[in-house]
Amino acid sequence: MKEDARPPGSSPKIRIRGLRKAFGEKVVLDGLDLDVEAGRSLVVIGGSGSGKSVLIKCILGLITPDSGVIEIDGRDVLAMRPREREAVGEHIGMLFQGAALFDSLPVWENVCFGLIAKRRIARRDARGRAIEILAQVGLGPEVADLWPAELSGGMQKRVGLARAIAAQPDIVFFDEPTTGLDPIMGAIIDDLIVAQVKRLGATALSITHDMASAQRIADTVAMIHKGGIVWTGPAASIRDSGNPYVDQFVRGSTEGPIRMEVRR
Amino acid sequence: MGAVLSFLGGVGAGLFGILAAAGQVVLFAASALFHCVRPPFYPRLLARQMIEIGYFSLPVVALTAIFSGMVLALQSYTGFARFSAEGAVATVVVLSITRELGPVLAGLMVAGRIGAAIAAEIGTMRVTDQIDALTTLSTNPMKYLVVPRLVAATVVLPLLVIVADILGVMGGFIVGVVKLEFNAAAYMARTWEYLRAEDVISGLVKAAVFGFIIALMGCFQGYHSRGGAQGVGAATTNAVVSASILILVFNYVITELFFAR
Repeated sequence: MKEDARPPGSSPKIRIRGLRKAFGEKVVLDGLDLDVEAGRSLVVIGGSGSGKSVLIKCILGLITPDSGVIEIDGRDVLAMRPREREAVGEHIGMLFQGAALFDSLPVWENVCFGLIAKRRIARRDARGRAIEILAQVGLGPEVADLWPAELSGGMQKRVGLARAIAAQPDIVFFDEPTTGLDPIMGAIIDDLIVAQVKRLGATALSITHDMASAQRIADTVAMIHKGGIVWTGPAASIRDSGNPYVDQFVRGSTEGPIRMEVRR
Repeated sequence: MGAVLSFLGGVGAGLFGILAAAGQVVLFAASALFHCVRPPFYPRLLARQMIEIGYFSLPVVALTAIFSGMVLALQSYTGFARFSAEGAVATVVVLSITRELGPVLAGLMVAGRIGAAIAAEIGTMRVTDQIDALTTLSTNPMKYLVVPRLVAATVVLPLLVIVADILGVMGGFIVGVVKLEFNAAAYMARTWEYLRAEDVISGLVKAAVFGFIIALMGCFQGYHSRGGAQGVGAATTNAVVSASILILVFNYVITELFFAR
Protein backbone atom coordinates (compact mmCIF):
# COMPACT_ATOMS: atom_id res chain seq x y z
CA MET A 1 0.00 0.00 0.00
CA LYS A 2 1.71 3.19 -1.10
CA GLU A 3 0.34 6.63 -1.69
CA ASP A 4 1.70 8.36 -4.78
CA ALA A 5 0.68 11.99 -5.20
CA ARG A 6 3.51 12.70 -7.61
CA PRO A 7 2.72 13.65 -11.21
CA PRO A 8 4.00 11.08 -13.72
CA GLY A 9 7.62 11.70 -14.76
CA SER A 10 8.54 13.93 -11.81
CA SER A 11 11.02 12.78 -9.19
CA PRO A 12 10.40 12.83 -5.45
CA LYS A 13 11.99 15.58 -3.35
CA ILE A 14 14.08 12.97 -1.53
CA ARG A 15 14.78 9.61 -3.12
CA ILE A 16 16.77 6.95 -1.31
CA ARG A 17 17.81 3.66 -2.87
CA GLY A 18 19.80 0.76 -1.46
CA LEU A 19 21.08 2.73 1.54
CA ARG A 20 23.39 0.64 3.68
CA LYS A 21 25.28 1.52 6.83
CA ALA A 22 27.01 -0.80 9.27
CA PHE A 23 28.96 -0.03 12.43
CA GLY A 24 31.45 -2.88 12.68
CA GLU A 25 29.41 -6.05 12.37
CA LYS A 26 26.13 -4.35 13.28
CA VAL A 27 24.16 -3.55 10.13
CA VAL A 28 21.90 -0.59 10.91
CA LEU A 29 20.59 0.27 7.44
CA ASP A 30 20.31 -2.66 5.07
CA GLY A 31 19.49 -1.57 1.54
CA LEU A 32 16.82 0.93 2.56
CA ASP A 33 14.55 2.47 -0.14
CA LEU A 34 12.41 5.52 0.58
CA ASP A 35 10.71 8.34 -1.35
CA VAL A 36 9.56 11.62 0.17
CA GLU A 37 7.26 13.59 -2.11
CA ALA A 38 7.68 17.36 -2.45
CA GLY A 39 5.50 19.37 -0.08
CA ARG A 40 4.44 16.29 1.88
CA SER A 41 5.15 15.28 5.45
CA LEU A 42 6.52 11.77 5.87
CA VAL A 43 7.03 10.26 9.29
CA VAL A 44 9.30 7.26 9.78
CA ILE A 45 8.24 5.16 12.75
CA GLY A 46 10.15 2.30 14.29
CA GLY A 47 11.54 0.93 17.51
CA SER A 48 14.69 1.98 19.30
CA GLY A 49 17.79 0.91 17.39
CA SER A 50 15.88 0.34 14.15
CA GLY A 51 18.02 2.86 12.25
CA LYS A 52 15.77 5.94 12.24
CA SER A 53 18.38 8.39 13.51
CA VAL A 54 21.12 6.93 11.31
CA LEU A 55 18.81 7.36 8.28
CA ILE A 56 18.26 11.05 8.99
CA LYS A 57 21.98 11.61 9.71
CA CYS A 58 22.92 9.97 6.41
CA ILE A 59 20.59 12.30 4.52
CA LEU A 60 21.99 15.32 6.37
CA GLY A 61 25.59 14.27 5.63
CA LEU A 62 26.45 13.79 9.31
CA ILE A 63 27.17 10.10 8.68
CA THR A 64 28.61 8.69 5.47
CA PRO A 65 26.73 5.56 4.36
CA ASP A 66 28.62 2.49 3.14
CA SER A 67 26.65 2.35 -0.11
CA GLY A 68 23.43 3.50 -1.74
CA VAL A 69 21.97 6.60 -3.35
CA ILE A 70 20.46 9.68 -1.70
CA GLU A 71 18.93 12.12 -4.18
CA ILE A 72 17.56 15.53 -3.30
CA ASP A 73 15.73 17.22 -6.17
CA GLY A 74 17.06 14.49 -8.45
CA ARG A 75 20.75 15.08 -7.56
CA ASP A 76 22.82 12.47 -5.79
CA VAL A 77 24.12 14.27 -2.70
CA LEU A 78 26.61 11.51 -1.90
CA ALA A 79 28.42 12.18 -5.19
CA MET A 80 28.60 15.94 -4.61
CA ARG A 81 31.69 17.95 -3.69
CA PRO A 82 31.65 19.43 -0.18
CA ARG A 83 30.74 22.92 -1.43
CA GLU A 84 27.83 21.59 -3.52
CA ARG A 85 26.68 19.58 -0.55
CA GLU A 86 26.91 22.69 1.62
CA ALA A 87 24.77 24.59 -0.88
CA VAL A 88 22.11 21.86 -0.71
CA GLY A 89 22.33 21.97 3.08
CA GLU A 90 21.43 25.67 3.07
CA HIS A 91 17.90 24.69 2.02
CA ILE A 92 17.49 22.18 4.84
CA GLY A 93 16.37 22.79 8.43
CA MET A 94 16.70 20.36 11.31
CA LEU A 95 15.05 20.10 14.72
CA PHE A 96 17.16 17.84 16.93
CA GLN A 97 15.73 15.53 19.58
CA GLY A 98 17.17 17.55 22.47
CA ALA A 99 16.87 20.82 20.49
CA ALA A 100 20.73 21.04 20.47
CA LEU A 101 20.70 24.77 21.18
CA PHE A 102 24.14 26.38 21.49
CA ASP A 103 24.33 27.01 25.21
CA SER A 104 27.06 29.65 24.84
CA LEU A 105 24.72 31.88 22.81
CA PRO A 106 21.50 33.68 23.77
CA VAL A 107 18.23 32.57 22.21
CA TRP A 108 18.16 35.28 19.53
CA GLU A 109 21.63 34.31 18.32
CA ASN A 110 20.64 30.65 18.27
CA VAL A 111 17.61 31.41 16.13
CA CYS A 112 19.50 33.52 13.59
CA PHE A 113 22.74 31.50 13.72
CA GLY A 114 22.32 30.08 10.22
CA LEU A 115 21.26 33.44 8.76
CA ILE A 116 24.31 35.18 10.25
CA ALA A 117 26.64 32.34 9.21
CA LYS A 118 25.40 32.49 5.62
CA ARG A 119 25.59 36.30 5.74
CA ARG A 120 21.93 36.54 4.77
CA ILE A 121 21.39 39.04 7.58
CA ALA A 122 23.61 41.60 9.33
CA ARG A 123 24.38 40.81 12.94
CA ARG A 124 22.88 44.12 14.11
CA ASP A 125 19.55 43.19 12.47
CA ALA A 126 19.50 39.61 13.71
CA ARG A 127 17.89 40.19 17.11
CA GLY A 128 14.85 41.87 15.56
CA ARG A 129 14.52 39.12 12.98
CA ALA A 130 14.83 36.48 15.70
CA ILE A 131 11.95 38.07 17.63
CA GLU A 132 9.77 37.85 14.51
CA ILE A 133 10.63 34.17 14.05
CA LEU A 134 10.10 33.43 17.75
CA ALA A 135 6.60 34.90 17.43
CA GLN A 136 5.85 32.33 14.72
CA VAL A 137 6.46 29.54 17.26
CA GLY A 138 4.47 31.25 19.99
CA LEU A 139 7.30 32.80 22.00
CA GLY A 140 7.41 36.42 23.10
CA PRO A 141 10.26 38.93 22.66
CA GLU A 142 11.29 38.52 26.32
CA VAL A 143 12.64 35.05 25.42
CA ALA A 144 15.14 36.47 22.91
CA ASP A 145 17.71 37.49 25.51
CA LEU A 146 17.45 34.37 27.68
CA TRP A 147 20.05 31.60 27.60
CA PRO A 148 19.10 28.06 26.56
CA ALA A 149 19.72 26.77 30.10
CA GLU A 150 16.99 29.15 31.34
CA LEU A 151 14.33 27.57 29.11
CA SER A 152 11.96 24.66 29.82
CA GLY A 153 12.07 21.57 27.57
CA GLY A 154 9.04 22.75 25.59
CA MET A 155 10.50 26.21 25.11
CA GLN A 156 13.81 24.72 23.97
CA LYS A 157 11.95 22.67 21.36
CA ARG A 158 10.15 25.81 20.16
CA VAL A 159 13.44 27.71 19.90
CA GLY A 160 14.90 24.72 18.07
CA LEU A 161 11.94 24.82 15.68
CA ALA A 162 12.42 28.56 15.21
CA ARG A 163 16.08 27.96 14.34
CA ALA A 164 15.13 25.16 11.93
CA ILE A 165 12.68 27.35 9.98
CA ALA A 166 14.61 30.64 10.22
CA ALA A 167 16.22 30.27 6.78
CA GLN A 168 12.87 29.28 5.23
CA PRO A 169 14.11 25.84 4.15
CA ASP A 170 12.65 23.61 1.42
CA ILE A 171 13.12 20.52 3.55
CA VAL A 172 12.78 20.20 7.31
CA PHE A 173 13.83 17.20 9.39
CA PHE A 174 12.38 16.50 12.82
CA ASP A 175 14.14 14.03 15.12
CA GLU A 176 11.76 12.77 17.81
CA PRO A 177 10.08 16.19 18.14
CA THR A 178 7.92 15.28 21.16
CA THR A 179 10.31 13.10 23.14
CA GLY A 180 10.59 14.23 26.75
CA LEU A 181 7.55 16.52 26.59
CA ASP A 182 4.23 16.13 28.38
CA PRO A 183 1.28 15.17 26.09
CA ILE A 184 -0.12 18.70 25.95
CA MET A 185 3.21 20.31 25.10
CA GLY A 186 3.82 17.48 22.62
CA ALA A 187 0.56 18.31 20.86
CA ILE A 188 1.45 22.02 20.83
CA ILE A 189 4.83 21.27 19.22
CA ASP A 190 3.13 18.99 16.66
CA ASP A 191 0.62 21.72 15.79
CA LEU A 192 3.45 24.22 15.37
CA ILE A 193 5.33 21.80 13.12
CA VAL A 194 2.27 21.25 10.93
CA ALA A 195 1.54 24.99 10.74
CA GLN A 196 5.13 25.99 9.92
CA VAL A 197 5.69 23.23 7.34
CA LYS A 198 2.42 24.25 5.65
CA ARG A 199 3.36 27.94 5.74
CA LEU A 200 6.76 27.25 4.18
CA GLY A 201 5.37 24.75 1.69
CA ALA A 202 8.28 22.57 2.76
CA THR A 203 8.87 18.85 2.55
CA ALA A 204 9.09 17.31 6.01
CA LEU A 205 10.74 14.10 7.14
CA SER A 206 10.28 13.19 10.78
CA ILE A 207 11.30 10.21 12.86
CA THR A 208 9.43 9.24 15.98
CA HIS A 209 8.10 6.34 18.00
CA ASP A 210 5.27 8.50 19.38
CA MET A 211 2.20 7.24 17.48
CA ALA A 212 0.00 10.18 18.48
CA SER A 213 2.62 12.60 17.21
CA ALA A 214 3.08 10.61 13.98
CA GLN A 215 -0.64 10.78 13.22
CA ARG A 216 -0.78 14.52 13.91
CA ILE A 217 2.13 15.57 11.68
CA ALA A 218 2.22 12.93 8.93
CA ASP A 219 0.64 12.79 5.49
CA THR A 220 2.46 9.50 4.94
CA VAL A 221 3.94 7.05 7.42
CA ALA A 222 6.78 4.60 6.76
CA MET A 223 7.71 1.83 9.15
CA ILE A 224 11.41 0.94 9.51
CA HIS A 225 12.49 -2.42 10.89
CA LYS A 226 15.94 -4.02 10.84
CA GLY A 227 17.36 -1.35 8.54
CA GLY A 228 14.66 -1.48 5.87
CA ILE A 229 11.24 0.04 5.18
CA VAL A 230 8.61 -2.65 5.75
CA TRP A 231 5.49 -0.55 5.11
CA THR A 232 4.52 2.82 3.66
CA GLY A 233 1.02 4.25 3.63
CA PRO A 234 -1.24 7.19 4.44
CA ALA A 235 -1.24 8.32 8.07
CA ALA A 236 -5.02 7.83 8.25
CA SER A 237 -4.68 4.11 7.56
CA ILE A 238 -2.04 3.33 10.13
CA ARG A 239 -4.41 1.67 12.58
CA ASP A 240 -5.76 -0.70 9.91
CA SER A 241 -2.66 -1.18 7.78
CA GLY A 242 -2.92 -4.95 7.58
CA ASN A 243 0.85 -5.09 8.06
CA PRO A 244 1.87 -7.27 11.03
CA TYR A 245 4.88 -5.09 11.90
CA VAL A 246 2.83 -1.89 11.93
CA ASP A 247 -0.03 -3.55 13.79
CA GLN A 248 2.30 -4.78 16.53
CA PHE A 249 4.05 -1.40 16.79
CA VAL A 250 0.76 0.55 16.94
CA ARG A 251 -0.66 -1.81 19.58
CA GLY A 252 2.61 -1.81 21.54
CA SER A 253 2.31 -5.56 21.78
CA THR A 254 5.12 -7.93 22.68
CA GLU A 255 3.51 -10.57 20.42
CA GLY A 256 4.29 -10.33 16.73
CA PRO A 257 7.09 -10.37 14.17
CA ILE A 258 9.14 -7.62 15.93
CA ARG A 259 11.49 -9.24 18.42
CA MET A 260 13.24 -6.81 20.74
CA GLU A 261 16.75 -7.78 21.84
CA VAL A 262 16.12 -8.07 25.58
CA ARG A 263 18.25 -10.17 27.90
CA ARG A 264 16.32 -11.81 30.68
CA MET B 1 53.56 -20.79 25.64
CA GLY B 2 49.90 -19.80 25.35
CA ALA B 3 50.28 -17.28 28.16
CA VAL B 4 53.36 -15.76 26.49
CA LEU B 5 51.55 -15.44 23.16
CA SER B 6 48.56 -13.92 24.90
CA PHE B 7 50.83 -11.42 26.67
CA LEU B 8 52.63 -10.49 23.45
CA GLY B 9 49.28 -10.19 21.68
CA GLY B 10 48.12 -7.80 24.36
CA VAL B 11 51.28 -5.72 24.06
CA GLY B 12 50.95 -5.63 20.27
CA ALA B 13 47.30 -4.61 20.44
CA GLY B 14 48.20 -1.87 22.90
CA LEU B 15 50.98 -0.63 20.64
CA PHE B 16 48.70 -0.58 17.62
CA GLY B 17 46.13 1.29 19.67
CA ILE B 18 48.68 3.97 20.59
CA LEU B 19 49.84 4.29 16.97
CA ALA B 20 46.24 4.54 15.74
CA ALA B 21 45.49 7.26 18.32
CA ALA B 22 48.66 9.15 17.35
CA GLY B 23 47.64 8.93 13.68
CA GLN B 24 44.20 10.30 14.51
CA VAL B 25 45.72 13.23 16.40
CA VAL B 26 48.07 14.01 13.48
CA LEU B 27 45.19 13.89 10.97
CA PHE B 28 43.09 16.10 13.23
CA ALA B 29 45.96 18.59 13.54
CA ALA B 30 46.50 18.59 9.77
CA SER B 31 42.81 19.21 9.17
CA ALA B 32 42.80 22.03 11.74
CA LEU B 33 45.86 23.68 10.16
CA PHE B 34 44.24 23.39 6.72
CA HIS B 35 41.16 25.19 8.04
CA CYS B 36 43.34 27.86 9.71
CA VAL B 37 44.24 29.32 6.31
CA ARG B 38 40.88 28.97 4.54
CA PRO B 39 37.95 31.34 5.06
CA PRO B 40 35.54 31.93 6.63
CA PHE B 41 37.39 33.28 9.67
CA TYR B 42 35.76 34.12 12.99
CA PRO B 43 37.66 37.10 14.49
CA ARG B 44 35.02 37.62 17.20
CA LEU B 45 35.47 34.04 18.43
CA LEU B 46 39.26 34.36 18.19
CA ALA B 47 39.19 37.50 20.35
CA ARG B 48 36.92 35.77 22.88
CA GLN B 49 39.27 32.78 23.10
CA MET B 50 42.32 35.02 23.47
CA ILE B 51 40.68 36.71 26.44
CA GLU B 52 39.56 33.37 27.89
CA ILE B 53 42.93 31.64 27.47
CA GLY B 54 45.23 34.63 28.00
CA TYR B 55 43.65 37.22 30.26
CA PHE B 56 41.88 34.79 32.59
CA SER B 57 45.01 32.63 32.94
CA LEU B 58 47.11 35.58 34.07
CA PRO B 59 46.53 35.18 37.84
CA VAL B 60 47.44 31.49 37.97
CA VAL B 61 50.48 31.93 35.71
CA ALA B 62 51.63 35.02 37.62
CA LEU B 63 51.41 33.35 41.04
CA THR B 64 53.16 30.24 39.77
CA ALA B 65 55.99 32.30 38.25
CA ILE B 66 56.57 34.56 41.26
CA PHE B 67 56.76 31.71 43.76
CA SER B 68 58.88 29.57 41.42
CA GLY B 69 61.37 32.45 41.10
CA MET B 70 61.39 32.93 44.86
CA VAL B 71 61.96 29.24 45.60
CA LEU B 72 64.61 29.02 42.90
CA ALA B 73 66.60 31.90 44.43
CA LEU B 74 66.35 30.39 47.88
CA GLN B 75 67.30 26.87 46.79
CA SER B 76 70.15 28.09 44.59
CA TYR B 77 71.56 30.19 47.41
CA THR B 78 71.49 27.40 50.01
CA GLY B 79 72.92 24.90 47.51
CA PHE B 80 75.56 27.16 45.98
CA ALA B 81 76.72 28.33 49.44
CA ARG B 82 78.28 24.88 49.88
CA PHE B 83 80.93 25.75 47.29
CA SER B 84 80.92 29.52 47.67
CA ALA B 85 79.08 30.25 44.44
CA GLU B 86 76.27 32.42 45.86
CA GLY B 87 77.05 35.09 43.29
CA ALA B 88 75.58 32.88 40.55
CA VAL B 89 72.06 32.96 42.04
CA ALA B 90 70.76 35.78 39.83
CA THR B 91 72.12 34.12 36.69
CA VAL B 92 70.68 30.72 37.59
CA VAL B 93 67.29 32.25 38.33
CA VAL B 94 67.01 34.15 35.07
CA LEU B 95 68.28 31.30 32.89
CA SER B 96 66.08 28.71 34.60
CA ILE B 97 63.01 30.89 34.39
CA THR B 98 63.38 32.01 30.76
CA ARG B 99 64.58 28.69 29.35
CA GLU B 100 62.58 26.16 31.36
CA LEU B 101 60.37 27.08 34.26
CA GLY B 102 58.52 29.97 32.64
CA PRO B 103 57.26 28.05 29.57
CA VAL B 104 56.89 24.64 31.24
CA LEU B 105 55.07 25.80 34.37
CA ALA B 106 52.86 28.20 32.39
CA GLY B 107 52.15 25.39 29.91
CA LEU B 108 51.20 22.91 32.62
CA MET B 109 49.04 25.46 34.44
CA VAL B 110 47.23 26.45 31.26
CA ALA B 111 46.87 22.76 30.29
CA GLY B 112 45.06 22.16 33.56
CA ARG B 113 42.87 25.22 33.26
CA ILE B 114 42.23 25.61 29.55
CA GLY B 115 42.82 22.10 28.17
CA ALA B 116 40.18 20.75 30.53
CA ALA B 117 37.75 23.57 29.76
CA ILE B 118 38.11 23.14 26.00
CA ALA B 119 37.61 19.36 26.18
CA ALA B 120 34.60 19.71 28.47
CA GLU B 121 32.94 22.41 26.34
CA ILE B 122 33.45 20.72 22.98
CA GLY B 123 32.72 17.28 24.47
CA THR B 124 29.40 18.52 25.84
CA MET B 125 28.59 20.02 22.46
CA ARG B 126 29.37 16.65 20.85
CA VAL B 127 27.15 14.56 23.12
CA THR B 128 24.26 17.03 22.97
CA ASP B 129 24.27 17.16 19.13
CA GLN B 130 25.40 20.82 19.07
CA ILE B 131 28.30 19.97 16.75
CA ASP B 132 25.89 18.21 14.36
CA ALA B 133 23.65 21.27 14.62
CA LEU B 134 26.55 23.49 13.51
CA THR B 135 26.98 21.32 10.41
CA THR B 136 23.28 21.51 9.56
CA LEU B 137 23.54 25.30 9.84
CA SER B 138 26.26 25.37 7.15
CA THR B 139 29.01 26.03 9.68
CA ASN B 140 32.15 23.90 9.69
CA PRO B 141 32.80 22.83 13.30
CA MET B 142 36.55 22.71 12.68
CA LYS B 143 36.57 26.35 11.60
CA TYR B 144 34.07 27.51 14.22
CA LEU B 145 35.25 25.56 17.28
CA VAL B 146 38.78 24.28 16.74
CA VAL B 147 40.60 26.98 14.73
CA PRO B 148 39.89 29.93 17.08
CA ARG B 149 41.04 27.94 20.12
CA LEU B 150 44.15 26.64 18.36
CA VAL B 151 45.22 30.05 17.06
CA ALA B 152 44.38 31.83 20.33
CA ALA B 153 46.35 29.38 22.49
CA THR B 154 49.37 29.44 20.14
CA VAL B 155 49.47 33.25 20.08
CA VAL B 156 48.61 33.92 23.71
CA LEU B 157 50.84 31.45 25.55
CA PRO B 158 54.10 33.24 24.52
CA LEU B 159 52.59 36.47 25.87
CA LEU B 160 51.78 34.71 29.14
CA VAL B 161 55.34 33.39 29.28
CA ILE B 162 56.77 36.90 28.84
CA VAL B 163 54.74 37.89 31.91
CA ALA B 164 55.89 34.71 33.71
CA ASP B 165 59.54 35.46 32.85
CA ILE B 166 59.33 39.00 34.24
CA LEU B 167 57.48 37.95 37.40
CA GLY B 168 59.70 34.91 37.96
CA VAL B 169 62.85 37.04 37.81
CA MET B 170 61.13 39.57 40.06
CA GLY B 171 60.36 36.81 42.58
CA GLY B 172 64.04 35.84 42.63
CA PHE B 173 65.01 39.50 42.96
CA ILE B 174 62.71 39.99 45.96
CA VAL B 175 64.14 36.99 47.81
CA GLY B 176 67.70 37.88 46.77
CA VAL B 177 67.51 41.47 47.92
CA VAL B 178 65.11 41.30 50.88
CA LYS B 179 65.98 37.93 52.42
CA LEU B 180 69.48 37.10 51.17
CA GLU B 181 70.64 40.72 51.34
CA PHE B 182 72.15 40.97 47.86
CA ASN B 183 72.78 44.46 46.55
CA ALA B 184 69.84 45.31 44.27
CA ALA B 185 71.95 46.87 41.50
CA ALA B 186 74.48 44.02 41.60
CA TYR B 187 71.68 41.43 41.46
CA MET B 188 70.16 43.09 38.39
CA ALA B 189 73.57 43.41 36.74
CA ARG B 190 74.20 39.67 37.24
CA THR B 191 70.72 38.95 35.90
CA TRP B 192 71.49 40.69 32.60
CA GLU B 193 75.13 39.73 32.38
CA TYR B 194 74.78 36.20 30.99
CA LEU B 195 71.26 36.39 29.55
CA ARG B 196 71.15 35.99 25.76
CA ALA B 197 68.36 36.52 23.29
CA GLU B 198 68.19 32.81 22.48
CA ASP B 199 67.39 32.03 26.13
CA VAL B 200 64.22 34.10 25.93
CA ILE B 201 63.41 33.16 22.33
CA SER B 202 63.67 29.41 23.03
CA GLY B 203 61.23 29.86 25.90
CA LEU B 204 58.77 31.73 23.69
CA VAL B 205 59.02 29.10 20.94
CA LYS B 206 58.33 26.45 23.55
CA ALA B 207 55.35 28.44 24.77
CA ALA B 208 53.85 28.67 21.26
CA VAL B 209 54.28 24.91 20.75
CA PHE B 210 52.81 24.18 24.19
CA GLY B 211 49.84 26.45 23.45
CA PHE B 212 49.20 24.57 20.22
CA ILE B 213 49.47 21.21 22.02
CA ILE B 214 47.09 22.27 24.83
CA ALA B 215 44.38 23.48 22.44
CA LEU B 216 44.90 20.56 20.05
CA MET B 217 44.51 17.90 22.72
CA GLY B 218 41.54 19.68 24.31
CA CYS B 219 39.77 20.00 20.97
CA PHE B 220 40.67 16.48 19.83
CA GLN B 221 39.50 14.79 23.01
CA GLY B 222 36.32 16.86 23.19
CA TYR B 223 35.54 16.41 19.49
CA HIS B 224 35.78 12.62 19.77
CA SER B 225 34.06 12.20 23.13
CA ARG B 226 31.25 9.66 23.30
CA GLY B 227 28.84 8.30 25.86
CA GLY B 228 27.30 11.23 27.74
CA ALA B 229 28.64 12.75 30.95
CA GLN B 230 31.06 9.89 31.60
CA GLY B 231 32.54 10.30 28.11
CA VAL B 232 32.97 14.04 28.59
CA GLY B 233 34.67 13.42 31.95
CA ALA B 234 37.06 10.94 30.36
CA ALA B 235 37.77 13.37 27.50
CA THR B 236 38.60 16.12 30.00
CA THR B 237 41.01 13.90 31.94
CA ASN B 238 42.64 12.61 28.74
CA ALA B 239 43.06 16.16 27.42
CA VAL B 240 44.96 17.33 30.51
CA VAL B 241 47.07 14.18 30.87
CA SER B 242 48.01 13.91 27.19
CA ALA B 243 48.76 17.64 26.90
CA SER B 244 50.94 17.55 30.04
CA ILE B 245 52.94 14.56 28.81
CA LEU B 246 53.36 16.05 25.33
CA ILE B 247 54.52 19.35 26.87
CA LEU B 248 57.30 17.54 28.73
CA VAL B 249 58.26 15.52 25.64
CA PHE B 250 58.35 18.55 23.33
CA ASN B 251 60.17 20.55 26.01
CA TYR B 252 63.08 18.13 25.65
CA VAL B 253 62.87 18.12 21.84
CA ILE B 254 62.94 21.92 21.57
CA THR B 255 65.72 22.21 24.16
CA GLU B 256 67.72 19.71 22.11
CA LEU B 257 67.11 21.75 18.95
CA PHE B 258 68.19 25.04 20.54
CA PHE B 259 70.99 24.11 22.86
CA ALA B 260 72.46 20.71 21.90
CA ARG B 261 76.13 20.99 20.93
